[in-house]
Amino acid sequence: MKAAPRLPAAAKAIVDGDRRVLARTITAVENGDPSADRIVRSLYTRSGRAPVVGLTGPLGVGKSSIVNALVGRLRALGQTVGVIGVDPSSPFTGGSVLGDRIRLERRADDAGVFFRSMASRGAAGGVAAATREVSRLLDAAGFDVILVETVGSGQVDVAIRDIASTSIVVVVPHLGDEVQTLKAGLFEIADIFCVNKTDLPGAELAKKDLSELVSLGGGRSGWVPTIVGTSTVKPSGIDELWNDVVAHEKFLDSSGERTQGERKRLSSEIVGLARDRVGQELTRRLERDPSLRRLLDDVVARRIDPRTAADRLVTGSRRAR
Amino acid sequence: MAKARASKKTPIRVLIAKPGLDGHDRGAKVVARALRDAGMEVIYAGLRQTPEEVVRAALEEDVDLIGLSILSGAHMALFPRILALLKAQGASNIPVFAGGIIPDEDARRLKKAGIRAIFGPGTSLEEIVTTAQSLARHTA
Repeated sequence: MKAAPRLPAAAKAIVDGDRRVLARTITAVENGDPSADRIVRSLYTRSGRAPVVGLTGPLGVGKSSIVNALVGRLRALGQTVGVIGVDPSSPFTGGSVLGDRIRLERRADDAGVFFRSMASRGAAGGVAAATREVSRLLDAAGFDVILVETVGSGQVDVAIRDIASTSIVVVVPHLGDEVQTLKAGLFEIADIFCVNKTDLPGAELAKKDLSELVSLGGGRSGWVPTIVGTSTVKPSGIDELWNDVVAHEKFLDSSGERTQGERKRLSSEIVGLARDRVGQELTRRLERDPSLRRLLDDVVARRIDPRTAADRLVTGSRRAR
Repeated sequence: MAKARASKKTPIRVLIAKPGLDGHDRGAKVVARALRDAGMEVIYAGLRQTPEEVVRAALEEDVDLIGLSILSGAHMALFPRILALLKAQGASNIPVFAGGIIPDEDARRLKKAGIRAIFGPGTSLEEIVTTAQSLARHTA
């Protein structure tokens, strides 16, 4: 039943486990390089197999350390892992220090782990524009589990929700009182709450606040977010954390939520891609078409307003007189 | 797929690593931050990296450039090892520069071995940034 699709050579190399080609293709995807286009397109049908586990939460809560601990756990279970660690780009210079790797402990010859650092490059929401497509490349490359660590998140950085099948929100003791947990945004996207640094005082209170939040109900899907305490200083809770991920992934399948969620996410992805295209096309027109340049002149001179100009831009140049 | 060198439009990706057993990484952090401020994406691998780890990170991260910092005196053992591993992986095209406490005589030998630039104490950050930029952009 499988009509083996013809893959471009680089796509085939990625599927066959060539990590160098994978690494270069990731760069090309990040850079919007046209050379990645065919590869990304052709490998889509081979993705959707690995769970994509997102780790998000404020800066300094220990996301990288938990990623490292999960990598260790997964390798002990015989699973291979692809990791994307996103860190912020400077809004001033575009530069970035990507430091998520620093926590990674693995044998240098362990081909079962692939770690890629990624700068957010101006994207809001906690991940980079390329993160979703790169997670699919890692999936197509055959990694059993994909871990995505977001930038240190604020309350509205919830873009990981559009990429991950399971989202873990990592917090630490003393982040705030229980009213903080009621606020919209970050705390709404958790499938699992991870209270890290349980070696510090206050962890029990943080867990209690979260369990009160969870007991208020009102979740999206019938899944009740779980709460796990972890420590990477006095290692504990990582097995439990992973078990909860597995339980959530099973729930997604048994409840039909996986398909539902995928439909929603993919629909917004398609619309987003189409919107980008249309936007680029409009920008190009506005720059090149002399009649549309006059339209811009009219707006600048306050002869017409931006909304009217946008109407004319959308309906095309013929009415832009 | 041939590696397209970093162009003006895409950020230079550079790995900053400290091979060996150095105790602190202040110098490496100062350089990492200067490169960041010059618009580069700096993958900071941190302390106590083996040559194998350095090369693995460079390849996974698909960097345009590798910067090594060393204070321990083990550069004559570690740097040639890193260059050899890069060569074995067909990645000799990734330029490697270094900084730290490296005697002049050693620096000459390391440059001969393929380290593209070596910065001693007192080098200005401007010089490091400019050199890093030209290494990343003008390499075959």
